[in-house]
Amino acid sequence: MRGVSKAYGNIKALDDVWVHIEDKEYVCIVGPSGCGKSTLIKCVAGIIQPTEGEILVDGHSVLNVPIEDRKIGYVFQDIALFPHLSVKQNLSYGLAVRNASANTVTTVTNEMLDLVKMRDRSKSYPRELSGGAQQKVAVGRAIESGSHLFLLDEPLGALDALVRAELRYELRRLASDLGLTVIHVTHDQEEALSIADRVVIMKGGRVVEVGKPAEIYHSPQSLFTENFVGETNLLEGTIMEIAVTSCKVKVGTHMMSVLGKGKKVGQKVVVAVRPEFITLGSAVPSEWECRIKEVSFLGGLTRYTLEDDGGLEILAHVPSGESSSLRIGERTNASFGDGEHMLLFDYPIEGLGKELALE
Amino acid sequence: MPTVSFMNVSKSFDGVSALDRVTFDVDDGEYLCVLGPTGSGKTTLLRLIAGLLKPSTGTISFDDEPVNEMISQNRNAAYVPQQYALFPHLTVLENVAFGPLARGRPESEALSMAMKSLELVRLAGRPTAFPKELSGGMQQRVALARGLASGARLLLLDEPLGALDARLRLDLRHKLRQIVKETGLTAIHVTHDRDEAMSVADRIMILRRGRIQDYGNPKRVYDRPAGIFVANLIGGAAFLEGVVEATGGDSSTVRLREGVIVKTPSHLLTTNEPVIIGVRKERTRLADYNAENIIEGDVRETRFLGNSREYVVRLDNGDTMYSRQFQEGKNERFRIGDKVTVGFDRSDVLIFAYPPQGLGRELEIV
Amino acid sequence: MYSIAIAFFLVIIVIPAIAGILVQLLTLPSLALSAPVLSRMSDAVSWSFIIGLIVSSLDILAGIPLAWLIVRKRGRWTTLLDSLADIPFVIPTVALGFSILEFWSSSSGISSIIGVGSLISPGSLLIMLLHFAFSYPVIVRVMVGEFLNYRETYEVAARTLGASAFTAVRTVTFPILRPGILAAFLLALARSLSETGATIVVAGAFENGTVFIKNARDAGITTAVVIASLVMIVLSLVIFALIKVISPRLKLGPMRVWPGFEKKLSTHSAENSRDFFSILVFVIFVLLPCLFIAFPAIEAVGGGTATEAIAGSGPWKAFWSSMLLSYGIAILATLVNIVSGLPVAVLIARNQLNSKVTKIVDALVDLPIIVPSLALGVSLNFFWGNMGALPEFWVIVLAHTTITYSYFVRAMSASIQGIPPELEESARTLGAMPLRIFRKITLPLTKYSLLSGAVLVFTRSVDETGATSAVAKTLKTAPVLLVDWIKGTVNVTAPERALGVGILVLTSFFALVILRLITLRGTKKG
Repeated sequence: MRGVSKAYGNIKALDDVWVHIEDKEYVCIVGPSGCGKSTLIKCVAGIIQPTEGEILVDGHSVLNVPIEDRKIGYVFQDIALFPHLSVKQNLSYGLAVRNASANTVTTVTNEMLDLVKMRDRSKSYPRELSGGAQQKVAVGRAIESGSHLFLLDEPLGALDALVRAELRYELRRLASDLGLTVIHVTHDQEEALSIADRVVIMKGGRVVEVGKPAEIYHSPQSLFTENFVGETNLLEGTIMEIAVTSCKVKVGTHMMSVLGKGKKVGQKVVVAVRPEFITLGSAVPSEWECRIKEVSFLGGLTRYTLEDDGGLEILAHVPSGESSSLRIGERTNASFGDGEHMLLFDYPIEGLGKELALE
Repeated sequence: MPTVSFMNVSKSFDGVSALDRVTFDVDDGEYLCVLGPTGSGKTTLLRLIAGLLKPSTGTISFDDEPVNEMISQNRNAAYVPQQYALFPHLTVLENVAFGPLARGRPESEALSMAMKSLELVRLAGRPTAFPKELSGGMQQRVALARGLASGARLLLLDEPLGALDARLRLDLRHKLRQIVKETGLTAIHVTHDRDEAMSVADRIMILRRGRIQDYGNPKRVYDRPAGIFVANLIGGAAFLEGVVEATGGDSSTVRLREGVIVKTPSHLLTTNEPVIIGVRKERTRLADYNAENIIEGDVRETRFLGNSREYVVRLDNGDTMYSRQFQEGKNERFRIGDKVTVGFDRSDVLIFAYPPQGLGRELEIV
Repeated sequence: MYSIAIAFFLVIIVIPAIAGILVQLLTLPSLALSAPVLSRMSDAVSWSFIIGLIVSSLDILAGIPLAWLIVRKRGRWTTLLDSLADIPFVIPTVALGFSILEFWSSSSGISSIIGVGSLISPGSLLIMLLHFAFSYPVIVRVMVGEFLNYRETYEVAARTLGASAFTAVRTVTFPILRPGILAAFLLALARSLSETGATIVVAGAFENGTVFIKNARDAGITTAVVIASLVMIVLSLVIFALIKVISPRLKLGPMRVWPGFEKKLSTHSAENSRDFFSILVFVIFVLLPCLFIAFPAIEAVGGGTATEAIAGSGPWKAFWSSMLLSYGIAILATLVNIVSGLPVAVLIARNQLNSKVTKIVDALVDLPIIVPSLALGVSLNFFWGNMGALPEFWVIVLAHTTITYSYFVRAMSASIQGIPPELEESARTLGAMPLRIFRKITLPLTKYSLLSGAVLVFTRSVDETGATSAVAKTLKTAPVLLVDWIKGTVNVTAPERALGVGILVLTSFFALVILRLITLRGTKKG
């Protein structure tokens, strides 16, 4: 996608989007509702025409190619299985409309039924299947039409959270086994991180950042990404001193040493620390003395909301085995480690609220 | 005196059972989460409490008074459906004031009650807006305020965050609990998202196919789940088939495939009985030679989950185990193909009798 | 409350319709019909059904492409097209008949362009052209609704799988919309079978079922009237039931595709020619014939007939009292329908009672539409007039109420169903009693449908010819009077005829403009 823009009147649904996707790559596009992710893949599929820009598949422009000739498999958010056709008929639709021979149709359809494990339900109708089963058939149907490029529009959106977590790995495995190139759109950042080769973060019609999951999570370029992907602590502060590779930042009543370059003294910044890198305990050496406001048991982790004497709130995720003795109202020390996991961002021009806005 | 109690309540529709002999209590001021897959009966449960449905058998009581015959209007239980059901032709203020007005309060009083509720949910700035002009998160707060203003003692929330983006849900779930706790109301919050349930509930109730599978505070349900389905739902684990090898206090063991022996906590099962053992993903350590149980295998898959990494390890005996490691940082400790040991303590092993319908069925999320 | 409404429905609407004719049948001195009359009758009735089926099929073929065009190519021109397609609705069928007569048949119409005395003389072909024209908007309305509700995703999904646009529509969209297409077909069929006023105007010497019944009535052969009416009622019910039951079960054969050919049909030029032809058909066979009446009417205004009309001299005295009568009856029928129909609409929409009862009521509500209105009129006349001994005026009111009942109930129940039940449920748990919920929630959200349902009933009543002519002995509603004027039973001049029809059209036109405005406001706010 090169410089793709899509405007509806005065509203820019897509604004100068540039994305490059390699063969056999599994790319997830993530962002809040309205960020343009669905609009983008609809442009790639030909369902929507961009107002500006170029889209190339295998080096050829597809802008004037009608949907049916683009050879792209598409899985819809609302599944869109044909209600008047059985599972078997749905699966074979792609081949049937190209007048494939009956033999080919039978062979490939049976393969597909096995692939999505729906052999015994080939004669059922979509309304008789559960959401997860329907989505599997939809995926199978797209695969059977013979494409190599797949566009998945929130494919797991209609499913229970419980089913989603399992199905996403199955989806990924399928893509690897068949050597497919996939663009998978979702609003669930955990989903994206867990299966993507690369993640594209979008906001307000623009691409904010692109990178591998671990990079996006641990060393994002933008504050929006840091906040959007997983939970984080964002502490506003001011630069007091600069050194070669690090700075001293005044946050509330504390001084923190954070890795960072290119800052000026007196500059307003935001220090970001992920909750899992904060250690708690009275024995922990730190000048951050806090009171525990809330405790929430999450299973493997326990979530603590703490407040320091200056009113600053921080969030900590502690493995449930340790520090299980901490209760609401108790005081404890919070340590941010040696600064290895702390990130420094310039204070956003439009203000923190606007930068992080999700709606 | 429990605020709500169900005694053997069943509900069927045209012969199909939606709830089966459900019995539980909700205390005053408690935040209860009802967790279960689609079709487990959670919405039916809520609608029974709201008075929109009548139980086929059994008794529902509020404060020890049976309310089976009481109409919705008198129950003081505000029902907030998943799509919020805001009245599209009324403004935010009119929506929120609907309850007090319906209960006969004079207009000025109703409006001031409405404003108070809007302030509680921090949405007092847009009283004349119409629902369609607001974002999803704001609509949810208006629906909440409407319930609060109606003077209800009980809040029935049907997937309150279901219509919102994943990231928004993460933020709003805590704010939701905070607001409810500030008002001191009792809340029953239905969801299919286990993270959500775990983080906001005082107690969790797990429903499956119309029956209560487990019921208790999150930590207890996590540490000592009442069955394989619950164990899988709350926190995910590796489930391995085996047979009881030796019983008796400290020397209880289970034999897995290919003779692998696992030390387990004491239990009441008998030798040679087929069992399933479960080990939580978060309770295993890789390459830790101090664990009470150590099994060898190699890494098949690594999954990055943001704050942790999950390793899928194929044990030498053919079984699969998972290990979730936190605080790893950007680079993975182990790569696909590496040989590792999976270690876990005996106290972290969950034992279940072999399910009559097989392991697959128990693990189905349906 | 529901029981009263249902009781009313059954006693006032259903029973008289069926019982009247049955009792009449039983009390006939003899069931014997002379052989020529019998053969005339069977011919006439068969023709009604043959014409109905042919015309409805043609309407489907012609109307669907136009509806498609209107929905898929939203824009200023298509909105105009949408409104134009409603024109045959606007014009009372009597006027339509007259207009079509003038257009195709008279020397001042199309015939003059071609240079023939009369291109299509009154008879079966003209009836078909008439029925085609007035059933056309029914198809377009229903199909526009179906296309608007249809999830285009299915079509897009088919195309991503490699189907060309034409193939996708043929193999996915139409099978899914089959119930809607069927409903449109049946509705067109019902209208064709039912129509009386206009058909009489264009029939000439030809007889279809309704014309036969009218002629038999005028000739005083009551036996023939009763038997023919009964036969039409029964046949209509049977055919509708058959089609409704059999069609859903028809299995779609294995899908056969001709990719190359169908791709050609999907090109822009193919699309454009299709659009062009459907518009052409619409204009030639529907729009022009309908609007044609404007010419003589405007001429008549110029010629001084207008001043006479306003003065009320001569035949105009009877005209204005007929108009007054028509509007009076229409208002009464509308009020009765609103009051009695609302509870039934709520009942059907919300399934308030036992579901079996609801299903029965649901099916029965359609009865007055399916049954040809003339036959219905005969039955009602007997029940209320002869048996019930009600004065003629009230019999007419009851007949109009019965015939328009379904329109209101259907419109209201569809719109109530459109309100998510959660709104009412939430309101209940917030403490609102049913009456308050109705006043504060249901009514405000459906008030546009209520108004448009009322306007629909009103115009249908003003338009009503068939049943009224069966019932009326001395009183003449406007359309019935105009039929007399056109057929020459009452002596009037050509300009007078044209103006009379023109005035009727104008008033209905205003009513429907109001309807359009109401629904437009409704959709904007919605």
